[in-house]
Amino acid sequence: MGKLTIGCFSSLVGSLSLDFAVKLSEAAIKKGHKVDLWVSGNATMLSKKGQKAFKDYSALEKKVQELLATGNFQTTACEACAEARGYKKDDTMEGFQRHSMDWYLASCFSADRVLHIGGD
Amino acid sequence: MATKKLAFMVKTLPYKTEESRLALTHAIASQTVEIYLEDGEMVEPVVAFFGDGVMNCLKNQKAMNTYGVTSIESHLKNSLLLDLKVLICKEDVERLGLSEDSLIMDAEDIGGETKASIVPFTEIMKEMETSDHLLFF
Repeated sequence: MGKLTIGCFSSLVGSLSLDFAVKLSEAAIKKGHKVDLWVSGNATMLSKKGQKAFKDYSALEKKVQELLATGNFQTTACEACAEARGYKKDDTMEGFQRHSMDWYLASCFSADRVLHIGGD
Repeated sequence: MATKKLAFMVKTLPYKTEESRLALTHAIASQTVEIYLEDGEMVEPVVAFFGDGVMNCLKNQKAMNTYGVTSIESHLKNSLLLDLKVLICKEDVERLGLSEDSLIMDAEDIGGETKASIVPFTEIMKEMETSDHLLFF
């Protein structure tokens, strides 16, 4: 089975691109693939723990936790992008990694396919 | 020796969103990617500006004065300083009424030797065809 790397730069609230990225991750994992999800820019909002799940807004913490539990999914937030937005290490959801941008490029290096979803 | 070529395709305007800045900072991150790779493995970045994205290459940007942030110009010059391949779409330069003189073509002022190239879109297409992965910003 293959490895899919997804880079997403859109915010969790205000766009459905992250919802799509996580749904696609779930579908790929169900088919037996491994998925790396890189979030940068406004998408680092996904890494923030403790977000209230209102019905009117996207809330993906539960789904991300389910995907992490499969062992075939890893997700990493751009550390600088997160810090710039005030998301500290202590604010990060359990299981979510934080690295610099070279992590994404390395994930692309070993990926069978890369899907880069821009921001806004 | 395994090398994967990543094409950073920049089509968005500067400053309106964070996209073009992130394209350049991610491309520059190729300089430190080895810490995650095995010996002999490399990432080769190429940055291509096309469509409205060529506006990122305008000289004399005043982002620090206006917004208090580093300019796209400084990131582009750093890319050239690090010998990244930078392509600018000729047809879009002409479409927007720009000239080579108005664009950031080198980083000589900070010691860079590599120059950007204004090339027909067919050349950019060739870069895309020879890249392992395309990242559109």
